[in-house]
Amino acid sequence: MTRSFLRPHLAFSRVWRSQAPKNVGTSAVPHHQAERFREVMLPHMDAAYNFARYLARDPSGAEDIVQDAFLRAFRSFDSYRGESAKAWLFAIVRNCFYNWISANRDRVSTSSQASDEAQAIDEDTPEVILMRRNAVDSVRAMIENLPEPFRETIVLRELEELSYKEIASLTAVPIGTVMSRLARARQMLATLLISEDAQGRMIRP
Amino acid sequence: MNTCSDQSLLLHGLIDGELDAANNLAVEAHVKTCAACADELQRLETVRASLSADGVSHTMPAAVRNRVDAALQAATAPVRDNARLRRSSHRPWRSPIASGALVALAASLVLFVATPQLTTASLQDQLVANHVRSLLANHVTDIATSNRHVVKPWFNGRIEFAPPVPELAAQAFPLVGGRLDYVDGQVVPAIVYHRRLHTINLFVRPARGILSSAGFVTRREGFSLVRWAQDGLEFWAVSDIEPDELRQFQRLFAQDSSPSTIP
Repeated sequence: MTRSFLRPHLAFSRVWRSQAPKNVGTSAVPHHQAERFREVMLPHMDAAYNFARYLARDPSGAEDIVQDAFLRAFRSFDSYRGESAKAWLFAIVRNCFYNWISANRDRVSTSSQASDEAQAIDEDTPEVILMRRNAVDSVRAMIENLPEPFRETIVLRELEELSYKEIASLTAVPIGTVMSRLARARQMLATLLISEDAQGRMIRP
Repeated sequence: MNTCSDQSLLLHGLIDGELDAANNLAVEAHVKTCAACADELQRLETVRASLSADGVSHTMPAAVRNRVDAALQAATAPVRDNARLRRSSHRPWRSPIASGALVALAASLVLFVATPQLTTASLQDQLVANHVRSLLANHVTDIATSNRHVVKPWFNGRIEFAPPVPELAAQAFPLVGGRLDYVDGQVVPAIVYHRRLHTINLFVRPARGILSSAGFVTRREGFSLVRWAQDGLEFWAVSDIEPDELRQFQRLFAQDSSPSTIP
């Protein structure tokens, strides 16, 4: 963090990024630009939500983050220069996540458990898919339990399929660091999955 | 379960599709002959399969999607009146933000001016990253030749100074070629040597300030780095060989490139 902060161009871009959404204020976006935004950015809504969800580990928090991010992205869309739409959007999601964290610092640690329970109730649970769902749930839990920055890196690479280069510029670290974080995250997941697998075999006949 | 340490990141690069064709083939060939690396690759594939299962990725709830949609709609100007709207809503935020932007600009100018002497650590990170990337992307050399009379002119016109390129094959540091790289926002030459199976990337740039010609050795993420200055140039050698060996390389390089020995 501090290392990259000392690099002048990154420091500059950070200042710019946090200024950008305020800059555009509440002025209305012209119609043709709105159309283009919908075309380019809306297809990445699920991805943005997924990213926010794994960052925040809180369903309602993720909803707020994504909504905030889309509005900001919408209003600063004229600064979009045709690079990867997903990476551009994710940079904004990431900023909104940090805003959300600082606004909810005291709440965050307790709320994620409560909302997980709520989530469990409103999903249907026929017995047939229970096993599969359990498997999916446990993989989700494994990812959520990874410490940062490994969680973010693995989500960006494995679930969102960003390139090393995109991840490096999004998270403001050198590519070498991205690679070592990814290796470490996979190592941790592999260990968890193998122990999970062993347990599963003992329970199932 | 011990994977070959030099292959570990390449295995990740392989499954992530970040290697070029030549490295792909090389790693695939290696995996065929190395059981430990084959196991490791299998593990990585298992992790990938578990993560890509249906339902691991979250999808946006429909209600939220509609909410976002409505919010975007509300923020869009009506087709006709957008010019007037923009003008009227311009003023309230313009002046505070403009001054805010000025403050930000001033702050970043201060950073610009104040940071150069703080960036050694980040420079080392960059150099290591460049070294690793050159190996991963199999882009070690733009000009591959063991003949220094080819490498030296190749740099001519591409950079604004002429780095020495001594031939050190006799001392078991064969010259492999040269490449242009990017360090600290500047195009720099990287001269590439080998030591047995290891690669040494030597980055050169004009020296800024006073630097010791004696050489400064450090380690970073398992790589050795040696910095020294000679003839007004700053040299950074990066490799995975031991620091002592890299020091030896530095001494030989400095010896052989001093003006008296160049024909």
